[in-house]
Amino acid sequence: MTRVLSRTGLLLGLPVVLLVTWWFASAGSKSFYQPPLETIIKVFPDTWTGARFKSDVFPSLIRLFIGYSLAVLLGITLGVLIGANRRLRALVEPLLEFLRAIPPPVLVPILILIAGIGNPTKVLVIVIGGVWPVLLNTVEGVRGVDEVLSDTCRSYRIGGWLRLRTFILRAASPQIVVGARQALSISIIMMVIGELLGATNGLGYTVVEFQRGFQIPEMWSGVFVLGLLGVLLSLAFTLVERRVLNWYHGARAAERSGH
Amino acid sequence: MLEIKSLRKTYGGQGRTVEALRDITLTVEDGQFVCVVGPSGCGKTTLLRCLGGLLTPTSGEVKVAGQTVTGPPDGLAIVFQEYGRSLFPWLRVAENIELPLKSKGIGRAERRKLVDESLSAVGLGDAGKAYPWQLSGGMQQRVAIARAIAFQPKVMLMDEPFAAVDAQTRADLEDLVRTVWQRFGMTMLFVTHDIDEAVYLGQRVVVLSASPTSVLENLDIDLSDERDQLKTRSEARFVELRTHVYARIQEAKGVAAR
Repeated sequence: MTRVLSRTGLLLGLPVVLLVTWWFASAGSKSFYQPPLETIIKVFPDTWTGARFKSDVFPSLIRLFIGYSLAVLLGITLGVLIGANRRLRALVEPLLEFLRAIPPPVLVPILILIAGIGNPTKVLVIVIGGVWPVLLNTVEGVRGVDEVLSDTCRSYRIGGWLRLRTFILRAASPQIVVGARQALSISIIMMVIGELLGATNGLGYTVVEFQRGFQIPEMWSGVFVLGLLGVLLSLAFTLVERRVLNWYHGARAAERSGH
Repeated sequence: MLEIKSLRKTYGGQGRTVEALRDITLTVEDGQFVCVVGPSGCGKTTLLRCLGGLLTPTSGEVKVAGQTVTGPPDGLAIVFQEYGRSLFPWLRVAENIELPLKSKGIGRAERRKLVDESLSAVGLGDAGKAYPWQLSGGMQQRVAIARAIAFQPKVMLMDEPFAAVDAQTRADLEDLVRTVWQRFGMTMLFVTHDIDEAVYLGQRVVVLSASPTSVLENLDIDLSDERDQLKTRSEARFVELRTHVYARIQEAKGVAAR
């Protein structure tokens, strides 16, 4: 019980201290651009529930979900292919290094030129940003599969789909998860960036609209929404990771205790 | 039957070739228990990997049940030395044993039966739900042996399977392997660097020379079929045989050093 309390305390301690500090420091602020925290919190419910949730939050979430899923799927698929094939790896590695070095936001105007300003472009922007960490980590994971396990599969004639599913993907899963986690935060960033240019709805669009309309407390509340979204998704990710990598953490712990 | 004829294996590197095996000729009859022993670094593992179809010989021929080995042959199972790395850590013990059976296309009910039988054959009847890393090293190697048994192989290859477990566990596992062999009657080829282990386990001991490797001697072990860690190891004949093998290996090392 005390452990749970102290963990919750550690988790929430700093945010609470910061919010309280902010609250009192900004109380009575007359500055137009730095409204009191109280005002920001007051406008929060009216701004983000109801119609705006449906017209702006929901479309953003859908785009994020589709874009992120595609990035992970594409990253794993290409990563397995490249990681398992030494020739292909030698062929595409320089190209990957080049493409990865391009900051994805730079590609947004180009994508808009090619694909227009519709939803597909906004999803594509997320995919282009999120695919790299998944792809590169999957390549490393697949490349690093244990040789003895690999021999075990060969000698027991475990091949094809069964080998991919029960050996390659599982063996690479710790690294794939690392990539997917990075991709998640990048995807949120790319979601917002995609909504800054040529958009008619979405979270990023709404924040910019508030700024242009001098609705400063509402603008600040939009920043809060994005931060909260990141925290919630990260928590959800941790839950999934615990299930998927249960074996990995157990095996690591056993190793440390000198089994 | 296992037949190895003039097997040679060289590893090519940049401007440097290493001759791991020079000339190995060896036959193991069906149902025989043969131990291969040799000085360390003599290519025992290379030999076993050629037999298991995991390595392609440079020249010569390997046959399992009359078929030339070009890839992992049917009805052959390998127990590797690194038990910690040959079991899938994300699968439970029973799933580890079941996996090769799945790829063999055996039905669910039959699979379950084989898993239960093989687990109880190695004395781990109630460990099916555990993960490998929750077990001790000796128990993990028992799981690897159970997996091999469940596969119902005609030939079982063991690559220094007990090199990494403690002495007492090792004695238990040696007796387990004898029991398994007597009960299931497969052909057993057991590679080890431990001379006592080779003499204690085998019906025949094949002594390899130092690298570049050839067969130094084929030695029949004329001990009784019932082996016992205390009695057998203290028999005069056992001591004679192990001393003989030991002398041959020392001799082989001396030749290599010169």
